Formats: sequence, structure tokens, C-alpha cells
Amino acid sequence: MYGRGLRSLSILTVAAMALALSLVFFYAPLEAEQGFLQKIFYLHVPLAIIALCGFVLGGLLAVMHLRTRDSRWDMRSYVVIHMSLIFAVGTLITGSIWAKGSWGHWWVWNEPTLVSFLIVFLLYATYQPLRFAIEDPERQARYASVFAITAGAFVPMNFLAVRLSSAYLHPRVLGSTSNLPGSMALTFLVSLIAMALLFATMCKYELTAKHTRAQVRALRRLLSGEDGAPAPRGRSAVPSTSGPMTTPAAGRTSL
Amino acid sequence: MNAALIVAEAPALPLNTAGKYVAGAYIVVFVIVLIYVAIMGIRLSHIERDLGELLEIKKAADAAEEKPLPTLASTTGAQST
Repeated sequence: MYGRGLRSLSILTVAAMALALSLVFFYAPLEAEQGFLQKIFYLHVPLAIIALCGFVLGGLLAVMHLRTRDSRWDMRSYVVIHMSLIFAVGTLITGSIWAKGSWGHWWVWNEPTLVSFLIVFLLYATYQPLRFAIEDPERQARYASVFAITAGAFVPMNFLAVRLSSAYLHPRVLGSTSNLPGSMALTFLVSLIAMALLFATMCKYELTAKHTRAQVRALRRLLSGEDGAPAPRGRSAVPSTSGPMTTPAAGRTSL
Repeated sequence: MNAALIVAEAPALPLNTAGKYVAGAYIVVFVIVLIYVAIMGIRLSHIERDLGELLEIKKAADAAEEKPLPTLASTTGAQST
């Protein structure tokens, strides 16, 4: 049951977000070089970290799918990558806004961190079209898992490569947290935790929604007397909910 | 160095200039979350509609079961008279 604990997780997320925003605007001091503009970093950097971690997590979940052949892992990998893409969009937009305020340009092509993040984003932007291109659910899940693992391995390598060859332009937060004043470090950590909670909550909502929808479809098949028939499925990027699907009466689905 | 001194050292952008960028960034994330909530709301309404349809199917099936079917004997008897 994906819905279990969703209410408490949602409340915790709202509380953490409220605390993080309060700390950002009422507690953390203004940074000497960037002033008020630096407040974007409490949003932009946690978004980027969570998005990249989500991509790696999607790869790990895909490993579990290939090991167990259980479609629930494929669904989890799909949802985590889907959410990471949304967070990556947020990262790119907030980063561009910061760049405009700080550098006077929305985008700078010779900045390795920006470009590398864009490459990772574009790489994962092909994930859904890849799934959509394959109609057979089993093949789709298998190919998507292989993609998620390969791309997931690319993310930390890309991160390290950029770190090692950095042009020293992009402001660093991760790794230099100890150099931040205590109040800034605390604010950043609370923002990071709040963003991680938001990510977890959104993933849980998504999984619960897909699980519920699958249960409703199974119930429809049961009521219309097509109990043994395979679930009707058109071309879709969403992982298959057929396979070892059981009826809701049995209390289990293949999600 | 305390916070007041840091502020006194003049930030790169004053509040009236940087404020719009900071507000823009936070509003963008808020809007993304809002769009997600709206999409979830639409999905929820679809599930609600589907459940309503299933309830109708179940009611119709129950009503059909309760309705007595005409037997063969009564049909042939009716024909002979």
C-alpha cells in the first residue's frame, strides 16, 4: 500500500518547507558578495542535489527490477526519474534566474556546471520517449531499466568530471558547507531536508495514484467478466500494470 | 563577522534589484508544485468518475440477478393454452 503514511509525510513536508522558508528569509544573513540574490541558492542547490540523487536512485531501482523481474521496481524507477526531471526543470529555471541577476545573462555556455546539468537533463528527457517507442510492456520495462542504470552511472561521473575540470566560476555550496557561517549552513541543510521530503512526498503521491488507478482498472475487468483477460493497453510510456496482477479482492497488485 | 557587518559591506545587488529575481525563483518552484497538485486533482477526479461508473455497473448487475427469469415450463404452458 503506497498510501500508507502519506498524510504524516505530507504534514512533515509542509512543516519542513515552512521552516526552511522562515530560516531563509528571517534567519540566514545576507551573503557579502551576492547579497539578497544568494537566497536563490537555498532553493536552487537543494533542487539540483535532489534531482541528481533521484536520477541515481532511479538507476538503483532499475537494478532491482532487472534482478527480480518485478514490475513494481520498474514503476518506482519510472516515478523517481519522472520526479527528478520535474526537479531538474526547477533547477534549470532557478539557475537561469540567478545567472541573469548575477551575471546579466540567462545562460552561459562556457560554464561547465550549467552545461553538464543541461546534458544530464536532456539525457533523461529521452527516457519517456524511449518508453513510448516500445509497445511490448516487458521489453519496455527492460530497456528502460538498462537506460536508467546507464544514465544513472553517468550522473556521478559527470559530476566528478565537472568538479575536476571546473573553471572555478560556478559558486560551490556542496563540499564547502563547513566554510559557511553556522546560520547559513543550518538554513541550507534544512532546505535540503525539506526538498528531499517534498521529493519523497511527490513520489509517494504519484505511486499511490498509479496504484489506485491500476486497482480501479482491475476492478473494472472483474466486474465486466474479463477477469482472466489481459489488461487492455495502448502505446504508453507508463510502466505496465499487467503481468502478475491480482484482483483488488486479493489485496495485491503487480505495481 | 556578525550579520549586521556583512550587510553593511554592501551586497552585490540591492534588495530592490535582487528582490525580483529571488521572488521569481521561488514563485517558479511554487507554480511547478501547484501544477503538479492540479494534475493530481485531475487524476483524482478521473478515478472518482471511474469508481462511480463501476458502482453503476455493480448496481445494474445486482438488479439483473434479483429479477426472476421466466421459466421454460411457464413459457410452454402459456403457449398450449
